[in-house]
Amino acid sequence: MDAILSIERLTKRFGGLIALRDVSLSIAPGERHALIGPNGAGKTTLFNVVSGELPPTAGRVSLLRRSITGLPSHEIARRGLARTFQRNNLLFSLTALENVRLAVQACTAATRRLLTPVDRLPQLEEHARVLLDRMDLAGRAPVPARTLSYGEQRQLEVAIALAGRPRVLLLDEPTSGMSPAETARMTALLDRLGREQTVVIIEHDMDVVFALADRITVLYLGGVIASGTPEAVRADPRVQEVYLGTGEGLDG
Amino acid sequence: MTFYLLQALNGCAYGMLLFLLAAGLSLIFGLMEIVNLAHGGFYLLGAYLGLSIVRWTGSFWLALAIAPLITGGAGFLLEWPFLRPLYRRTHLDQILLTFGFAFVLTDLTRWLWGAGVQSLPAPRGLDQSVVILGTLFPAYRLFVIGAGAALALGLWLGLVRSRLGAVVRAGVANREMTQALGIDVAAVFTGVFVFGTALAGLAGVAAAPILGVFPGVDFEILIVTLIVVVVGGLGTFSGAFWGGLLIGEAETFGKVLVPQAALVVIYIVMAAVLLARPAGLFGGRAR
Amino acid sequence: MNRAPGARTFLPASGASGGRRVVPVLVAAALLLVPLAGSRFAATTLTEMLIFAIFAMSLDLLVGYTGLVSLGHAAPFGVAAYAVALLSTHGSVALAATLPAAIVAGTAAAALIGVFALRAAGVYFLMLTLAFAQMAYAVAHEWAGVTGGTNGLSGIPRPVLPGADLGGTVPFYYLVLLLGGLAALVLARITGSPFGAALAGVRENEARMRAMGYDTFRLKMAAFAIAGAAAALSGALYAYYNGFVSPDVLYWTTSGQVLVMVLLGGARTLAGPAVGAAAVLLLQNLASSYTERWTLILGAAFILVVLAAPSGLAGAAARLGGARRRLRAVDPGAGPLPPAPSEGTAR
Repeated sequence: MDAILSIERLTKRFGGLIALRDVSLSIAPGERHALIGPNGAGKTTLFNVVSGELPPTAGRVSLLRRSITGLPSHEIARRGLARTFQRNNLLFSLTALENVRLAVQACTAATRRLLTPVDRLPQLEEHARVLLDRMDLAGRAPVPARTLSYGEQRQLEVAIALAGRPRVLLLDEPTSGMSPAETARMTALLDRLGREQTVVIIEHDMDVVFALADRITVLYLGGVIASGTPEAVRADPRVQEVYLGTGEGLDG
Repeated sequence: MTFYLLQALNGCAYGMLLFLLAAGLSLIFGLMEIVNLAHGGFYLLGAYLGLSIVRWTGSFWLALAIAPLITGGAGFLLEWPFLRPLYRRTHLDQILLTFGFAFVLTDLTRWLWGAGVQSLPAPRGLDQSVVILGTLFPAYRLFVIGAGAALALGLWLGLVRSRLGAVVRAGVANREMTQALGIDVAAVFTGVFVFGTALAGLAGVAAAPILGVFPGVDFEILIVTLIVVVVGGLGTFSGAFWGGLLIGEAETFGKVLVPQAALVVIYIVMAAVLLARPAGLFGGRAR
Repeated sequence: MNRAPGARTFLPASGASGGRRVVPVLVAAALLLVPLAGSRFAATTLTEMLIFAIFAMSLDLLVGYTGLVSLGHAAPFGVAAYAVALLSTHGSVALAATLPAAIVAGTAAAALIGVFALRAAGVYFLMLTLAFAQMAYAVAHEWAGVTGGTNGLSGIPRPVLPGADLGGTVPFYYLVLLLGGLAALVLARITGSPFGAALAGVRENEARMRAMGYDTFRLKMAAFAIAGAAAALSGALYAYYNGFVSPDVLYWTTSGQVLVMVLLGGARTLAGPAVGAAAVLLLQNLASSYTERWTLILGAAFILVVLAAPSGLAGAAARLGGARRRLRAVDPGAGPLPPAPSEGTAR
């Protein structure tokens, strides 16, 4: 089956520092792929290069068999690849509803309409409410984003990313900083997302990883050291060494 | 050929003056992340003060020494009561405050010294021309080149070698960390701002025999200084120096070679640099 | 209630809903009727206020809505004024010809500056708007053969509009009122549109907007061009009002003065800058009868506004109006301006 997202020999250098070395990854449509590794392994950098926030030093990224290497982030987003951020990156003064409505609007021609009041386009708001509902935030629509709880803000991040009906969704540590209860809630919400979008998720919480992932890739110091089914990765001696060596356990 | 070499020397002198201004501006920005839009005003204040001091005392050197002290003091009057309370707010507010002071300085100098074009003659001893390459060249301009280079070296050594310089560089690199180390960063801010405005005043006196003193020169020179730091890279010392020289030469040769387009030459240089290197020639960070 | 993000409405959300309606009606009535009853002086003063109200509102589209603080907004204003001056003194007097031409010229100037300034991040943007506007000033100052140099261009005749004698103070006032009212309506419509919502998004968090799929450079360019067009309209009208144009219309003090109008009136609403414009002009008229030091006073006002008022006069009036604002708390750490998009919110 053809990969929906194909990363070929991606390298990213910051001066003397090599953040990504020769990373290759192939994600199948509808797959849920987890990206794990100790801190500093390059996971967020990989997301940043794939989503266009950073240009690669070498290598190729293809989405739906078309190259997106080096394209600006807004162009990549339009092509169907959405992402969330490790630290809440919201429009904080605006309400949750307004945040999502803008995200919905991005994928329509509505932005070209200079003289139509927003009220006359209720479909934007309706679509936004549906998304908020999907992420369990329906009741929090009129609340300014900065007033939401941290966990709710993480959920809003995902709702925004879903607005454009992306084919591929990159989730950067969606449960980071969350309590166990919030984490369980987020995991359930992500599980409910179904298979219309392909999901690549960076996670440190192994419970979440094993609950959601079809396949796992392990990054270490910018390079891929293992990739495969959860069982295969868990049993891989190199992976165990990396995790034991850095004091982190593989069992959550 | 001689003609071009002489123009190059002219450009060098002008470039040194621009360096003085750009250095002050870049230093303030590098540490405080504020573009001091009143910088031209301090320059003009220094020039007018120089004028008055020469009239009262007859000594250009006294003016060169005292005017920067007064403009530094004026800088303190801006920073301590007005700018400091804004450190909690955005940089934009701080920059706008300096813009407000640009208005104040421009009208203040007009009020105190009038609207006419004035000139400050070069000091005795330097007010003649020397023979270079078979033609005459103003000695004062040679002095500006030499003194400017010496000052550049001194400033560089001060930044790189002295403990104070280390503190400033640390503050530029990481303000919070420097504060955590027990250094009173707010005091360093004040010191740097005062030093920057003093440099502007010094440039004002030094430039007066060459560029003249009149209302409006504050923004003329501010714009050129802004172009210098944009080209050289805001917040870097090398940028101020090489940018100053580059723009100094560009404007001098522009005036001579293409008089009709002289105005826009440096803008074209800036636009070209920006398109190629958005952070300036030496600028590491495109803020 | 459906509204564009950030509740940037035309008018500040003031007290009881009755209050919301009464004030604008009174203002509208005054604008329509005073010139008929009052002196020529009243009509002239109001004309000038309307012109600068448009100028200030146009800047507010950039400053308050898109988060772009331009220190060179005099450029489209002055270019349009010179366009009118040049066309009029060379024979073209039909309003239908000069006005569009002036607006095109001013918008082109704004767009050209935008192409360079908007590519630059953060502080460079500020400096570039200032620098390019000063370049326009320098050109007007030096190119004496065309622009009249320091002397400027005088003797600008009032435009010809079939059916009206615009030479008279009152008819000209109503023209300005009509055009100004149209401009205000268009700007209000724009800020309430999806496009306006996108501009607010750029102001709040430009990086996030890009990640959503917005071409933020194009959005900012569009805002720049629209603001430039509105400023050009006011510049053209100013040339006709004043009968005389000098390089001062392009000077940094003009850019600074219109910025004070926006900040004083409050960048958070469109009506605020209009009020700010009236206030600054009143202050200027008052000060000019006692002293020549208007620039100094303007600078002091600028400094005070930056130091003191979080959301300008219009915001203060709303607070005095009594009602508590629903949900939209004013950011306690904010200055007179909304945070620039490059600054982020964690400072």
